[in-house]
Amino acid sequence: MTALLEARNVSKTFTSGSIIGTSKHVTVALDDASLAINTEPATVISIAGESGSGKTTLSRLMLGLIKPTQGAIYHRGKSLAQMNRAERMAYRREVQAIFQDPFEAYNPFYIVDHALTMPIECFEPKMPKATARALIEEVLVTVGLRPEETLGRYPHQLSGGQRQRVMVARALLLKPSIIVADEPVSMVDASLRATILESLLKAHEEWGVSLIYITHDLTTAYQVSQTILMLYQGSMVEVGNVDKVIKNPRHPYTQLLISSIPLPDPKKRWGKGGGREVIAKPPGGKNLGCKFAPRCPHVMTRCWESQPPMYGLDDDCAVACFLFDKSPVLDKTEIINLYARR
Amino acid sequence: MNDPVLQVRDLRVYYHTPAGVVKAVDGISFDLPRGENLGLVGESGSGKSTTVQALMRLVMNPGRIEGGQALLDGIDLLKLSDEEMRHMAGARISLIPQGAMNSLNPVMRIKTQMIDTIKAHDTGPSRAAMMERIVDLLQLVGLSPDVANMYPHQLSGGMKQRVCIAMAITLQPQVIIADEPTSALDVVVQKQVMETLGQIQESINASVILVGHDMGLMAQFVDRVGIMYAGRLVELGPVEDIFEKPQHPYTRLLIGTLPSLETKGVFKGIPGMTPSLLAPPPGCTFHPRCPHATPACTRWDYDYREVRPGHWVACLAVNGDRP
Repeated sequence: MTALLEARNVSKTFTSGSIIGTSKHVTVALDDASLAINTEPATVISIAGESGSGKTTLSRLMLGLIKPTQGAIYHRGKSLAQMNRAERMAYRREVQAIFQDPFEAYNPFYIVDHALTMPIECFEPKMPKATARALIEEVLVTVGLRPEETLGRYPHQLSGGQRQRVMVARALLLKPSIIVADEPVSMVDASLRATILESLLKAHEEWGVSLIYITHDLTTAYQVSQTILMLYQGSMVEVGNVDKVIKNPRHPYTQLLISSIPLPDPKKRWGKGGGREVIAKPPGGKNLGCKFAPRCPHVMTRCWESQPPMYGLDDDCAVACFLFDKSPVLDKTEIINLYARR
Repeated sequence: MNDPVLQVRDLRVYYHTPAGVVKAVDGISFDLPRGENLGLVGESGSGKSTTVQALMRLVMNPGRIEGGQALLDGIDLLKLSDEEMRHMAGARISLIPQGAMNSLNPVMRIKTQMIDTIKAHDTGPSRAAMMERIVDLLQLVGLSPDVANMYPHQLSGGMKQRVCIAMAITLQPQVIIADEPTSALDVVVQKQVMETLGQIQESINASVILVGHDMGLMAQFVDRVGIMYAGRLVELGPVEDIFEKPQHPYTRLLIGTLPSLETKGVFKGIPGMTPSLLAPPPGCTFHPRCPHATPACTRWDYDYREVRPGHWVACLAVNGDRP
């Protein structure tokens, strides 16, 4: 089956330094990541990781904002790099984005209506004004805003939560198949976080929109998604059913992350830990293997020598860790298929 | 509860803007016992940062401290001259500001910046004695002594945050105010930084006021927590009580917004918006969003009742008819 949107073994490296090329510095932002998302049935996939994990790079690749160094992004089986104009328009229409900062997403000189009429003018130039207006009001109501209180205002007259919900409404306008939401709630208050996620989930449930939810917050990832991809320094470390990954994390990195979450329960405190991590040095001075090895409590000699492949675990999870080398190694297709499992 | 190191009484801070007077902090009172950690939680605009800025006397124009007291061991911080306050700040009460790691000077070595703090209060010690103290401080926050010779850009976010904690404790203050000390950090580093802060708080028997919006962090770190809404404290009590038996409707809704790692689909938003502080609603400022609001709430004047030992609530529905 052709996936609606697929990232097949994509890598992205950024080069910085002198143009003359004497002292170039290469950063591997994303290293051989794969992800596929479908709409039949609509799914929610979370991409989770800390800063520098490559989650935003992966989302920008999937949105076609940057080009992969290796691998390719496919929309309905067609590589983004080989699309003609019509195919690109169809892709732009079907895959919508929501970004982190609802303050920067607007042009402050225009009323917010501008952000909502633009996509219609661009993709549906023949739509009558009244129909467009009705459509805009419909999506605003879907995200829990009152059109009469929202339209005609300038961005600075709306709160952060309202602005972000207008962005959700804008993404929904063209009835997309997928919304890629990059940290949509990291800049809003707790009371609004739930409201914005509710409006995204409502779009998912009622309109059958699939979501790629990029976050550093594992609790909301657990709440909204069915499948989760954990990234660490650009590499996939764990993929699978969100309930299993969160409740029974198997990669030592996922375990570390989950144990560090400040649970809102004074009875479950962290306890008095060391406060400082032990960072191990690779034996030969150079680490050719697992990127988490220097911080890993279970580090073995082979971890420094080669990168662990993805080992498949109970049919709907995969872990890149040599601790699971008794399990079968998954090939590229099998990793992609994992995202379709429920 | 005896021996409070800091007593705040009816603190008021208003911003005099061209559009009108913004009552950012409108009558806040609390006690901070010695060696205790107190949390101040609230959404953006609730006045939590303004409260701590007032305690450090850092409120900027058009903001003004309109009234109240902040007694640190009997000395009213709000009445001190700027010069007197300069001697208190850092020595008796110190601040780890929001985004503290960006407050380091990028062109000065860490040790130079730390020496500045020491010299500002104590001209006596020799350079060697100061270096010894800096190395001790860095080790106390879990950093290697080499860090002293580095520049801020050579350090990670978590390391910079630890340097800021080291600077805040240089003179062993009795009160450390931490304003969202970990908001820009990843969870693993956040845990390490908070653990470091906790160990130091215990070792010098200081009191910490932790300001933030993350209820999870409060549950992990503080002994008592105060919930702020629109410039007022609406509830203040032991952290276990607040999480288990929240009394104020806002606190209950706020706890309901927290996503759980145990069960799915149990978190909800709070309907409505935080009120404009230029024209706050009459009576209880939460009544337009409150599910239990009655007409009496619009005429009610804030008062607090102790529902359990040390657990205070400001709500008409909870407190009922006050005798």
